[in-house]
Amino acid sequence: MKFTEEHEWLRVEGDHVVVGITEHAAEQLGDVVFVELPELETKVAKGDEIVVIESVKAASDILAPVEGEIVEINDALVDNPALVNEDPLGEAWFFKMKIDDAGVLDGFMDEDEYKDFIG
Amino acid sequence: MAAEGADLNRTVLYDLHVDAGAKMVPFAGYEMPVQFPMGVMKEHLHTRAEAGLFDVSHMGQVILRGPDVAAALETLVPSSVVGLKEGRQRYTMLTNDAGGILDDFMVANRGDHLFAVVNAACKADDIAHLRGRLPGAIIVEEITNRALIALQGPKAAAALAILLPDVAAMRFMDVAVLDWMDSEIWVSRSGYTGEDGFEISVPNAKARAFNEALMAMEPVAPVGLGARDSLRLEAGLCLYGNDIDTMTSPVEAGLDWAIQKVRRAGGERAGGFPGAERILRELEEGPARLRVGLRPEGRAPMRAGTPLFGAEDDAEPAGQVTSGAFGPSVEAPVSMGYVPSAFTAPGTRLWGELRGKRHAVTVSELPFRPASYRK
Repeated sequence: MKFTEEHEWLRVEGDHVVVGITEHAAEQLGDVVFVELPELETKVAKGDEIVVIESVKAASDILAPVEGEIVEINDALVDNPALVNEDPLGEAWFFKMKIDDAGVLDGFMDEDEYKDFIG
Repeated sequence: MAAEGADLNRTVLYDLHVDAGAKMVPFAGYEMPVQFPMGVMKEHLHTRAEAGLFDVSHMGQVILRGPDVAAALETLVPSSVVGLKEGRQRYTMLTNDAGGILDDFMVANRGDHLFAVVNAACKADDIAHLRGRLPGAIIVEEITNRALIALQGPKAAAALAILLPDVAAMRFMDVAVLDWMDSEIWVSRSGYTGEDGFEISVPNAKARAFNEALMAMEPVAPVGLGARDSLRLEAGLCLYGNDIDTMTSPVEAGLDWAIQKVRRAGGERAGGFPGAERILRELEEGPARLRVGLRPEGRAPMRAGTPLFGAEDDAEPAGQVTSGAFGPSVEAPVSMGYVPSAFTAPGTRLWGELRGKRHAVTVSELPFRPASYRK
């Protein structure tokens, strides 16, 4: 698993990348009450705002970590946003992207580096 | 945010909050707990089901005394203070000469004086205003040696009665001076959550012990500012600075119930407060805009600042959301905002714009959740 400085986790499944947010991020957000997911087949560039998360405190975005195409979204989060707090690293994945080259993930942090990053 | 953390005040309960695992944030010049480890949502639901304990010591506690002090205060507020019986409290507001609201607050008649609890962010201005506008013979004393806590929820009365048995007989908006461990405790049966409950003024020296005694009780859990905000929003109560301010009149804000008949046109003590001309006129003719409840149709919360449109394709907004969040007890997003009088009927469909997209929102009765005060 890889981690971004925006507190997303990335897991490679074949030529897909599964994206979610870290436990640290979920904790900082507080209780999540609303999730808006991107549409399927959307082509996104790195840094695009593609998910809206609203917690009891505020609204925030998830940015596309790499360039690619949205091939699957986790509709369960729309009906039950609290999943993000309950199981951020598992059931509460947000979307799957198709990427051309898994090598683009090499630049991201591994778990130890992420732990250092959040102190 | 460079100034964050600088020159912030702490309430006498600061250490207790930190020990309880609170996340502290700057609020109205104080470092206050925004949430405890339970989290905003559970703290909210706990208050509705059991009893939530809030530190509101940042709020201003003010004693007003002097000859005909009630009549004197009536020159600055649109409510009847003269008609407020001893041992009773009511909600009122300081108005400005344009009929806007300088602050909203509670005032109690405690026999030979009045006791007021005002908003933290306004307290310095309020005290200056009171001192500047009231006759010289009226003494305005800020109480700085007392903490103020609120215990709210259906189990608040039973919990507090263990420490202060006399609270069991109090009704909503009663005030009393009681004794605990040889200290005076000032209690009102009130709060700002829509629940039955109490606001309790405790001498600083006893505040930690009093809080710990409450927290040791099974139904009592500490609650932060986050849940305090969603609780008051569900209860349809105004947050000063968001839902009411120097531009909004009490009538626009739907606070006309706080203006008793005796202060209205034809009443024995009609007018005679700042902005009376506008406020009495709006009472007669109706205001041009009104604060209403709003229920977004989707799940996305419409927060303060969300523009409201009369039609999906209108270019110009008709109004604006002033408070909005997810309502944990309503289990849906809830908002309040101002709309023109043509759009105020419950059931009216409006459009709120979020992230460039228009979403349907329905005007709704306030409160979103009926209050459970002990009348």
